[in-house]
This record gives sequence, C-alpha cells and structure tokens, in this order.
Amino acid sequence: MTGFRHALAGCLLAVTLAMAGAPLRADPVPKDVLVVGQIAEPASLDPAVSTATNDFRILVNLYEGLVRYKPGTLEVEPALAERWTVSDDGLTYLFTLRDGVTFHDGTPFDAQAVKFNFDRLLDKTHPAADTGPFPLAFFFSAIDRVEAPDPRTVRITLKEPFAPFLSNLAYPTGLMVSPNAVMSRRKGFGRQPVGTGPFRFVEWQGSRRVVIERNPNYWGPPAKLRSVIFRPVTDPNTRAMEMLAGGLDVMVEVPADALSQFRDEDGFRIHEQAGPHLWFLILNTRHGPLKDRRVRQAVNYAIDKRAIADSILQGTAIPARGPVAPAFDWATDPAITGYPYDPNRARALLKEAGAEGASLTFLVAEGGSGMLDPIAMGTAIQANLAAVGLKVTIRTYEWNSYLARVNGGLGDKSDVGTADMAEMAWMTNDPDTLPYLTLRSDALPEKGGFNSGYYANPTLDRLLEQARRSGNQAERGDLYRRAERIVVEDAPLAFVAHWKQNAVTTAAVRGFALQPSFFLLLDRVSKD
Amino acid sequence: MASYILGRILALVPVLFGLSVIVFLIMALIPGDPATAILGPYATPENVARINHDLGLDRSLPVRYATWLGHVLAGDLGRSSSLNRPVLDEVAERFSATLVLAGAALVLASILGLLAGIVSAVRQFGLADKLVTLAVLIGISMPTFWLGLLLILAFAVRLRLLPVSGMFSIYGGGDLPDLLRHLALPAATLAVVAAGVIARLTRSAMLDVLRQDFVRTARAKGLTERRVVFGHALRAALVTVIPVIGIQAGFVLGGAVYIETVFQWPGIGRMLVNAIATRDVLLVQGGVLVVATSYVLFNLLADVLQRLLDPRIAP
Repeated sequence: MTGFRHALAGCLLAVTLAMAGAPLRADPVPKDVLVVGQIAEPASLDPAVSTATNDFRILVNLYEGLVRYKPGTLEVEPALAERWTVSDDGLTYLFTLRDGVTFHDGTPFDAQAVKFNFDRLLDKTHPAADTGPFPLAFFFSAIDRVEAPDPRTVRITLKEPFAPFLSNLAYPTGLMVSPNAVMSRRKGFGRQPVGTGPFRFVEWQGSRRVVIERNPNYWGPPAKLRSVIFRPVTDPNTRAMEMLAGGLDVMVEVPADALSQFRDEDGFRIHEQAGPHLWFLILNTRHGPLKDRRVRQAVNYAIDKRAIADSILQGTAIPARGPVAPAFDWATDPAITGYPYDPNRARALLKEAGAEGASLTFLVAEGGSGMLDPIAMGTAIQANLAAVGLKVTIRTYEWNSYLARVNGGLGDKSDVGTADMAEMAWMTNDPDTLPYLTLRSDALPEKGGFNSGYYANPTLDRLLEQARRSGNQAERGDLYRRAERIVVEDAPLAFVAHWKQNAVTTAAVRGFALQPSFFLLLDRVSKD
Repeated sequence: MASYILGRILALVPVLFGLSVIVFLIMALIPGDPATAILGPYATPENVARINHDLGLDRSLPVRYATWLGHVLAGDLGRSSSLNRPVLDEVAERFSATLVLAGAALVLASILGLLAGIVSAVRQFGLADKLVTLAVLIGISMPTFWLGLLLILAFAVRLRLLPVSGMFSIYGGGDLPDLLRHLALPAATLAVVAAGVIARLTRSAMLDVLRQDFVRTARAKGLTERRVVFGHALRAALVTVIPVIGIQAGFVLGGAVYIETVFQWPGIGRMLVNAIATRDVLLVQGGVLVVATSYVLFNLLADVLQRLLDPRIAP
C-alpha cells in the first residue's frame, strides 16, 4: 500500500505546488480603472448594427450623436450639433455642427461624415450598405435626403413631419461612426469601433472583456477615469457573487433576490431609476370575452399590481396606471389613477357584462428582453383573475417562439390557437412609440404592425398622427394626454408595471447615475 | 491498427453529414428566426423580411443548405448573425476553452476515481471503502450547478481564495498561474460526477480481477502487494475502465454547459445555448460539428487505448 500512499501524496503535492506557484490574488485593479459587470457580451459595437441595451451601455461612451438626452431626462440637448432649426412645415432640419471635433482615428467630424452615416443606413446602393444588416434603420425611415452644403452645416429633409425625429437622433442608432474606419474595416468595424466620444476603444477579447480608455483629444471635459473594463457575466447569480467578492465596481441589472443582500452588506450603494418601460397584457379586443370593454376593465381591476411590483418583483418595479411611463413626465396626466386593485369592482363589471366564469387563454413568455419575471407574474395574474371567477389557462413559450406567436396577432377565429391575452413589455425613447406601433388601426397584424389585440379607435388614430406632425412639445404633450385618457378608459391593454432599472456600485464609486434612457454614461464617474 | 483508425475516421463523414442535415431541419422547424431575435419587440413582418433578406435567409431550405455545405467544404463556416463575426473564429475560441476545462476535469476525475476505486477494492468493506462509497454516492447525485454555486460561495466570496468566475483575471493576468486559479473550481465541480462513476467502476473491476487466478499466482510468487495491485491487477482492470473514461469524456463535454454558465467559462456549451436562443443557424452548425467530431474522436481514442492494453482484442 505504500505505492498507493506515494501516488496520493504525489498528487496532493502537485496540486499544492500548482496553487502555490499561482499568486492567490491577481493584480489589484487601479483606482482610475472601473470594472463594469454587463449582462452579456455585446453583439456589436457598431451603433447601426446593435439593437440591445447591453451594447448601448458601451456605445454611448464611445460615440456621440448630433443630439443627446439631457442627463436625467428624456429631453434632447445639443451634442455634436451645436444648434438646429426646424422649418415651419416640420420637414427641414438644419444642424450646425460643433467645430474642431475629430474621430478617434484622427479624421475630422464634418457634414460629409454625417451624410455618410445616414446614407449608409438608408441607401441600398451606398458603398458601405453591405456593412450591416441595420435592424433599426427604420428609426430614420422618415428621412428623404441628407445634404452637406458646407462642412459645418447638415440639412436633413423629411418625407413627412415626424416629431419623434430629434428623439430618435439621440437614440444609439443615431450615433456617429467614422466613415474612414467603416470603409477600411467593413464588417469588422463592429469589433473595432471608432467614434468621437469621451472614451476610445482599446480591445475586445471574446467572452472576457471590452476595454475603453479616456480620449485625450475629446472636445469636452475629459473623462475622469483612465479606462473602463466591461465584463460579460451572463448568469445573474454569478454576477451578484462577483460583485460581493469584489470583482466588479459596478453591476447592472441586479436580480431582485440579490438586492436585499446588497442592502444588508456594507460597502455597496444601490441605484434605481424608473425608465420608459411598460409591462402589460395585450387583450384580444376582436374575439372572445375581452371583446367587451367591461370585461377588459374588470381584468385591469382584478390584477393586484402593487403585490406584483412589491412581492414578485421585490420592489424592482412600480405599478402602472396607464400606457405612458412616468419617465415621459411631459406626456402623461398625473391625475389619471388607472385601475387600482379592486376585485369587487371587477366582479360587478363581469356580472354586468354577463361574463362571470368565462374561460381565457393566456400566453406567457419564459423570459425575454424587458419581460422581468414573466412566468411568476403570469401565474400571479392567473390567480388574481381566478379570484374574480375567471378561468385562465396559461400557455408558455420560449421567448423567440413567443414573439413570433404574439406578433402575428392573438387570433380572431374560434380555433385552439386563439388566445385572449398575452404578456408583453416595451422600452421606448419617445411617448409616440408604444401607442403608435401597438394601438393604431394601421398597426394591425394584418398590416404588419404590433397591434396584436386588434384595438381600433379612429379618435386615437387621429390624435397620434397629429402628435407626430406637431413640432411643439407642449402641444404634443397635450395630444398624448388625450390619447392616454382614451386608452385607459377603453383598456385594450392591462397595465401592470414599469420596471425600475437598477445597479449596484461599490461605495468607492463616485458620480454614478442611472439614466431614464437606460444608457450608462461614465465620463463623470470616478473611484475613491 | 492504422487502417482501423482510418476506417473509424472515414465513418465520421456520414455521421457529420447526417447531423448537419438534422440540425438544419430542426433549426428551420422551430418557430422564430434570427431577425426576430435581433429585432425583439420591433420584429414587424416587414422588418423581419428585410433582415432575413440581408442575412440570405429568404432563400429555400435546400438552396441554403447547399450553399452552406459548399462553403464548409471550402473551409468557411459562415458568419454568425448574433455575434457579427466569422463562425470559425468564435468556435475555435470557445472550443479551446471547453477543451481546457473538460480536459482538466477529466484528468482530475480519472486520478481521483482510480485512486478511490482502488482503495475501496483493496479495503473491501473496510472503513475506507465505506467512506469512498458514501462520497461517490453524494458526488454522483449532487446537481453540479448547485455544487458549483456552493463552491463559489465558500472559496471565492467568503474565503476569497479563488476567483468567482471567468477564465482569466479581468485586469492584468492572462498567464498560466492565472488560468490555473480560474480553472480550479469549475474543473473540480465538473470532475465530481465523472470521478464517482470512474471510482465505482474501478472498484468493481478491481474486485473482479483481484479474485482471479493470476493474482493469486502473483501473490504466491511472493510479489509485494504494491506490485500485485498496480503491476498486475490494475493493468487488467484498466481494460474495463478505460472505455468508461472515454464515455465520461463525452459526459464531461456535455455537462460543461451548466458549469460554463455558473462559472462564466467562455466555452462552447454556453455559446451553443445562446446560438440556439438567437436562432443563429450557422453558429449552431459550426458548434455541433466540432462537438460531435470531438465526441467521436474521444471514443476512438478510448477504443485504441483499450486495444493497446488488451491483447485479446485483435487489432
């Protein structure tokens, strides 16, 4: 048996040596380097290609657009354009560009570069049109042409008045890339990005990290940090453990379960910010019991939104009272109370409509972007509706299959595939987006839109069109408030929750603030 | 032997061909497409059609398959729609990470499993045997992802001895000691189940062999117990154990998916899960082909080893 003992001892010795040879700690991260725990590896760092909030968090530090959201709001302010004018007919936008701005590769940012950026997205014959696909190019489909009369002037002419245009310019799809770099790197540009922002790109190591560093030639105040390392940690529990073990300075999208842990431990700071997000149920207004408005209102009354926000989502969301997120404060009426939890009222409405004990089919997603905790929420709603006598059958789908199923419409025939309600969540950058894409009669699924519940109301259609054409924010706000009242009253959706995005930083991180846009601006951040 | 190996490798060709057809069909049959995955809530039929056209997905299935096959034969696995980079680059990066993890786990599992198996066979019904059997039972029945989380909590969060996740440090690092520190927890977790299976099998194989005549003869010749166990009995028992280690190699590769998720190991299992969720057909194809090939090759290696060890199997 000595042989066996020798073998065992040898193994233990080898393992010990290997561990001892390795210093137990890696180099500590210096104070001017910030490590951010991301939810996934970016898909691309080309703003024209990228569609995910996860990518946007990096992009907005590397690039700038003509305009940007004023910190803490969703209102636009000058960025690469110093100022602009809009013609009275709302068709021509004249931008004056900031002087002396260069891309990180040293090429000048000028009107030709702006024209290149939009033409690449919109013109199939453009020499860089094959560097896509550009999934969100339709954000700028209102553009008729972009002209560069002189190096500091850009004239953009729209096909029709489109008030959300400026807001779309502030969206990441409107961030300006270096034409020179795109032409030389082609499809590889997304992994070697070049913009004008306060940080410039250093390296992207697959599945390990994306590193950016301070841009020494930035036109504005230089970034406080020397560099930022974005690290993908896709599993939320592992992300929380990394944060607890000191491997991250900032962690985004903290799971609700882990939040309380960070509250209890010293040395962490929790940041929360309600964003332009709405979690709702699409109700089938064309077929089945929910055709009756009273039944739709009853569903709204029956759902205990407060319990869902506080218990299931553990305070990571606030109850919704209508279709417009509070982040769009200029477009929502604070007097609207929506549908406070009231099961008795729900029962009365069901009785009035003769829909007591009706059966409903409910489509539930397993997960998905912005969907929070869809199965637990769906189950809670099922229980809420059962309490007022509605029999709800849940059908669960994997996210991608779910989108394909729901976007085609809930169904308007009496067959097994027809559904009465479906979960959905939207995150938008303008109060126009959600109602325009999901509630107009021109957005019905048969017309290629997202109005999967078949709601149609000519008054709402008219208000939304009018708001799109108005160049005046006060007037637009008024139109959206009128639209909001109609949607709340008619209840084509059940309004459930607005997600509060969250992040945890170590106590050493200074100047960190979440934005309602869900972007992560890091140029003012520092570490003690 | 050479013609045997060549024959086995040639047999791989129809397997891979069939597999690629099946993967292509399954990916075409499940609902959803890359465009929907990319566009999320903005997936209008119009937008979906535009992106699918840009990705070349609006052509018929046979045409797409033929195009893909033509490119593969020319050494081009295509471009990933979800990662916007060549499939080959991604698969090569990810597969080497999985090989490192699975390789380390398999070596660890083999050493631990063989040692534990030998001890419990030699000391049958003794205390050591009972302890090993208990440990093996716990190891086999423990869900690996849960064990992984426990290990992280203990060694990384509380004791802060080892890193929580990843393959290399996020700042600095990148050398071999850095890799070993990151490898320790995931490899140990992954090794637990395989080690248990190997230990049980080694134990029963050793017990079998130790009762045979040639072992009695060896003992009667006055050989030391060490030479009897390691020189005679183990060699004979390995003939049974080696193929199982080969099969465990396949399980370790498969089990790596959970471990890769818990420890954020940038391996091919996690890549495949993401690729399926985003309906990234070409990336799934590339990944599956590499995993299937390696599975077959591992088994081949085990068979060859067995032939070398056991003269009774004709080469």
